[in-house]
Amino acid sequence: MPILSPWRSDFPALAALAADSQTYLDSAATSQKPQAMLDALLGYYRAGAANVHRAQHLPGERATRAFEEARGKIARWLNAASHDEIIFTRGATEALNLLAYGLEEHFHAGDEIVISALEHHANLLPWQQLAQRRDLALIVLPVTTSGQVDLVAAKHLIGPRTRLLAVSQLSNVLGTWQPLSELLALANTHGAITVVDGAQGVVHGRHDMQQLGCDFYVCSSHKLYGPDGVGVLYGRAATLQRVLPWQFGGEMLLQTDYYTAKFRPAPLGFEAGTPAVSAVIALGATLDYLASLDGAAVLAHEAALHAELLAGLGARPGVRVLGAPQTALASFVVEDVHSADLAHLLTEQGIAVRAGHHCAMPLLRGLGLPGAIRVSLGLYNDSGDLQRFFAALDHALEILG
Amino acid sequence: MSALPAAAEQALETFSQPISWEQRARLLMAWGEQLEPLTDDERSEPNRVDGCESLVWLVGHFSEGHWQFRASGDARLIRGLLALLLVRVNGLPADELSTLDLAAWFSQLGLARHLSPSRTNGLQAVLTRMRELTLNAPR
Repeated sequence: MPILSPWRSDFPALAALAADSQTYLDSAATSQKPQAMLDALLGYYRAGAANVHRAQHLPGERATRAFEEARGKIARWLNAASHDEIIFTRGATEALNLLAYGLEEHFHAGDEIVISALEHHANLLPWQQLAQRRDLALIVLPVTTSGQVDLVAAKHLIGPRTRLLAVSQLSNVLGTWQPLSELLALANTHGAITVVDGAQGVVHGRHDMQQLGCDFYVCSSHKLYGPDGVGVLYGRAATLQRVLPWQFGGEMLLQTDYYTAKFRPAPLGFEAGTPAVSAVIALGATLDYLASLDGAAVLAHEAALHAELLAGLGARPGVRVLGAPQTALASFVVEDVHSADLAHLLTEQGIAVRAGHHCAMPLLRGLGLPGAIRVSLGLYNDSGDLQRFFAALDHALEILG
Repeated sequence: MSALPAAAEQALETFSQPISWEQRARLLMAWGEQLEPLTDDERSEPNRVDGCESLVWLVGHFSEGHWQFRASGDARLIRGLLALLLVRVNGLPADELSTLDLAAWFSQLGLARHLSPSRTNGLQAVLTRMRELTLNAPR
């Protein structure tokens, strides 16, 4: 029985891409957008743009209200204790940089920052550079062959010198959920600040910040069917107080003279300058749309399609899947075939997948691979997409054979 | 501007015909097979071109006013693209090489897409390296 997506028609780009003979299987890089989001984006501009938190006039008041309502929607989506725990950034990358700069004061030479071997560059480089600036030790947790952070090793490596733990929730290369509750508990034992990179994880299922119990959770809008240019930093109120502002400018201050200033508390103290007003409002509309769906049905659809992807890859001799993917994506290589050649021929056939190192160079290098092909799924994908992918894969391998 | 080198004429004749993507891919691989191999010494880190999804090496020699390049890679289709590049540039006088529109060349071959900014196959990086080599050379 082919799996159909009842939500496919909610995303106009899917029909446009099909008309262009493109099969989109790169949602882990960025997702297509629902009509509801497009309507909100256009609606905001058409009704009259205005800056937020500044003007007393009606358009300004309207924009500010919609903007702050979106903050509330995100707080509810993540079950944050308060909407003041939600900070808007330009993306997940900026959110992680905000933390690496804003928390810098708390680190002293010899302190340790712990990350894992499967981190995206966005959750590696800010910490690597902080470690260099402050003369800290960067500790990298190893990953098991199935693709989870090795908890046995983590027990030894997370210790009294650990000041901060930053780990992914769902690997963007391996599609594996990380053992967050165990890792966060280990970090908490030693009083370390905890950061979870939810860029991939937030897209699949609902995640409850109060239950998860991390200090910070980072995600981007564009992977979650929202517009690009917006990221979200969730920060637990108590820990957020320890973060210093890192960018300075309009509307983040309470008062200033030429020589000194007093800054606003979170969230506005971390949102210097004009934010992406339209995109934030449109992200709110995306969340309304997602909240209107049967969440269990979405998860079941994604799981069934993912199983079909893994079965298809598994049925092909010479194909080696990296790790043991659990959700939404799979990366693979083919014996004696260069993934660059395969990517070339898949592209020729209108298959939009990702090839290369997936912004996780050290992980791929550790696996001894120059690159891999990644297929990733969104809630709008269906069996037809996978069938076209597999037909193209077989054809490519025949040409390269 | 001098006439196209003979091998370039041949490439143009072959690739400018209306052919399917599959034929084009097979042709690219066949051209790649004809690349003169590089020695282990030449496949060195300094000769490696950064910014490619696969490993690519480029070596250039300048003598008597002419450039001669050799190149290789570990992926087959990029080797084909390299071969098509080399037949166009090798043996050209330095001044002619510096004004040669290589984007137009690949466009004529129906391979313009491989030079698009989102491509990471490295052809663009190879052209950049070639430009660096020729600019830094004595005239």
